[in-house]
Amino acid sequence: MAEGRVVGIDLGTTNSLVAYMQGEAPVVIPGVDGSNLVPSVVALDPIPEGGGRPTVTVGNSARRVLIETPERVIYSVKRLMGRSLDEVRDELKFFPFRLADDVEAGEVPRVQLGELRFTPPEISAYILRQLKRNAERFFGEPVTQAVITVPAYFNDAQRQATKDAGRMAGLEVLRLVNEPTAAALAYGLDRAKEGTIAVYDFGGGTFDISILKLRDGIFEVQSTNGDTHLGGDDIDNLLLAIALDEIHSEHGVDLRTKPGAVQGLRKDAIDAKISLSSESSAKFDIELPNGDRYQREIPREVFEQLIQPVLARTAGPCKQALTDAGITPEQIDEVVLVGGSTRIPAVRRLVDDLFHLSARGKKPHTELNPDEVVALGAAVQADILAGASKTTEEMLLLDVTPLSLGIEALGGVVARIIPRNSTIPASATEHFTTGVDGQTNVAIHVLQGERELAADCRSLARFDLKGIPPMTAGLPRIEVKFLIDADGILHVSAREQRSGKAAEIEVKATYGLTDEQVETMILDSFDHAEEDFAKRLLIEARNEAESILTKVEQARTSPAWGVLRGEEQSAIGAAADRLAAVKAGDDLTAIREATLAVDRATHRLAELMMDAAVTTAIRGKTMTAAGEDLGEEVTAPHPMAPAEFK
Amino acid sequence: MLKVLDSAIPIACWSCAVAHNESTLFCPHCSKIQPPPGADYYSVFSLEPRLTLDLGMLEHQFHKLSRKLHPDRFARATSEEKEWSLADTALLNDAYRTLRDPIRRTEYLLKLHGAEIGEEHSGKGRTDPSRVPADLLEEVFDLNMQLEEMRAAKKMGEEDPDLKQSLTAAKKKFDGLLDDVDRDLRAQWTAWDDGDESARSAAQKAMVALLDRRRYLDNLVRDVNETLGAN
Repeated sequence: MAEGRVVGIDLGTTNSLVAYMQGEAPVVIPGVDGSNLVPSVVALDPIPEGGGRPTVTVGNSARRVLIETPERVIYSVKRLMGRSLDEVRDELKFFPFRLADDVEAGEVPRVQLGELRFTPPEISAYILRQLKRNAERFFGEPVTQAVITVPAYFNDAQRQATKDAGRMAGLEVLRLVNEPTAAALAYGLDRAKEGTIAVYDFGGGTFDISILKLRDGIFEVQSTNGDTHLGGDDIDNLLLAIALDEIHSEHGVDLRTKPGAVQGLRKDAIDAKISLSSESSAKFDIELPNGDRYQREIPREVFEQLIQPVLARTAGPCKQALTDAGITPEQIDEVVLVGGSTRIPAVRRLVDDLFHLSARGKKPHTELNPDEVVALGAAVQADILAGASKTTEEMLLLDVTPLSLGIEALGGVVARIIPRNSTIPASATEHFTTGVDGQTNVAIHVLQGERELAADCRSLARFDLKGIPPMTAGLPRIEVKFLIDADGILHVSAREQRSGKAAEIEVKATYGLTDEQVETMILDSFDHAEEDFAKRLLIEARNEAESILTKVEQARTSPAWGVLRGEEQSAIGAAADRLAAVKAGDDLTAIREATLAVDRATHRLAELMMDAAVTTAIRGKTMTAAGEDLGEEVTAPHPMAPAEFK
Repeated sequence: MLKVLDSAIPIACWSCAVAHNESTLFCPHCSKIQPPPGADYYSVFSLEPRLTLDLGMLEHQFHKLSRKLHPDRFARATSEEKEWSLADTALLNDAYRTLRDPIRRTEYLLKLHGAEIGEEHSGKGRTDPSRVPADLLEEVFDLNMQLEEMRAAKKMGEEDPDLKQSLTAAKKKFDGLLDDVDRDLRAQWTAWDDGDESARSAAQKAMVALLDRRRYLDNLVRDVNETLGAN
């Protein structure tokens, strides 16, 4: 197996990042545009003339088209990951996405994007693929293994969906790491600290709180809690709702029906929110379609009152996490703030309050960029898994399962088999039998949650145990093993013990995507990737052709040109003409071969120019000026190495 | 019954082929990880099966074994070693979760010794009158009435401060009773750990009764907390 690099990926609601361990410190890998953050926005380009599948763009370029063609763009898809149809319908009240109209109950919902339909994992796979490419461009080699972070409070289905997305993007997901724990890893790296820390992670769409004990490089999570439906998005929606209401009531303009306008307004709301973290007031100033202006001043106090109910919802999980860890706020030695929403001063006050910080002369940790710290931690975990580094060899992360695992027992009550905050991997063994003579199937309903009744917990899966040898009712003894792995994902296996041969029982889950479905989605996106990749190569080849032709033109005026023999000059001319002729075409090989031919024909010219440059330099010109005369890339080694060609 | 460590049939290490004891997590000869041993939780930690435990030692041992067994250490190992690491670590974690908690530990060890301990997670029978400890019959009856009243009042969106106060007082009382049970349990530990056969069997009987009582009280307190809590 190729032992390539392992990267760490923060697949966020709003932004996504990829990072790696550079020596002893994790660093974020920037995209082509130089930015560390890739907005988690995916857009479907218009269908090309003459048909074919349209290309998918990710990040800033996708965000730019959000206002013009909102029906071709999707953002915050993380909120839809691993969710059932009903749950997704709830989400869609706040987001301008449309469900595909042919989705049936029990299926993974698909979102309509332009002419096409995608499952949430497919959308996430496009984001992951972009990050993978950014990393590959950065390293100049393929990247196939990654650690991906998920909210600590993600349930089994959401985790599985994230892992599926990785697979579709061509990444082997070595581990899913909980975001707050990843942040603790990033902070824990440079401080050989011992003690108890709380990580308060308030992001774009999710809220997590984790309490960890640090000791001798072991990061042992004591408890975790959270809300996978609570984040900066909710704050944006509050501001957005006010603006939409006021525009409607004061100006008689109903923007709700205009998705593009709503997206424009949404951006203004986000800008207002961000500026209110540093300014005492912010302003909406928007030109309406009827020519009116909507102007609205939002003082910080008003903003803080408005968002108070949202912030207050983070307090309950914090208190529960403290109770579950069996400690008081005073026993928390450090608090780490993660996620963009922790920039809001009112959030910081709340945290200070919850953990009695300033009363104890303490401050929360914000030294690492709250947008980047999770990705940095993922890179640390990636380094731990790669197992070849001195920096992290003593570090070990022991995480927990956020929700209790139970099975539905008689009367619809939940029999708890693995309690929440159990260190993972964790397992439990239960025994089942049949109720009817000759019964060969037994259904098990697995739930996640803390409530007494199955109806109040989240149904995780219904497993069918099939192939039970026919026996008298009550005689079979089926041992079912539930195992939560280090990713927080459930595995179920079953054996019938009485039939003597301990037959393996087939366990079939009835939720999420099947392996076959994931497989086809991989192929789909691969086909697509091939297409995109070919396009990218073509553009790069054309650029190279362009640049070498320019240099040849410039060289014709240099003294070295005159030194060339006539046939050398005409050989260069012929090669350049041929390249000029093919470079606009779609034949990648032809462009590359023609480029290579020009390169070969100009070797002596390049040498002569090099000599001339050196001579000029000796005559008193500075080396830099000589270099400029020379042009940077005509010298050997030539920028295009033939080895790169297929 | 408790597995006796040394009588296990030796099996050959998959890697170095040297025979070793069945209940080991690592080959004593080549240190390679082994498939999950059918070991009980105590032998995972190489501990004597006792109720009184040094928790500091237990944690230390837990960390030490985690460092060697955890799947993070096997991310690039063979798929078999990965699988064993997962299974072994799950066993280690299950063992630690059970042994570090005094109540779970007691239940576990007594069950290993054949004690029948009430279905802790059947969810049913919380208010099953037949299960009410005799000395609490009257109080539990009153408490359940009050809980009903409180729930009804809450449904109507009303607050009844008197009711709340008396529920809070009841909760305090039951919390106290729980503490008593825990103290009584601990007192039995020593008898069980160090006593002779008859002292041990008496202690076991006493603890089974105490655990039943505890479970009942625990459910009551939870009911009260739930009813009071959502204010």
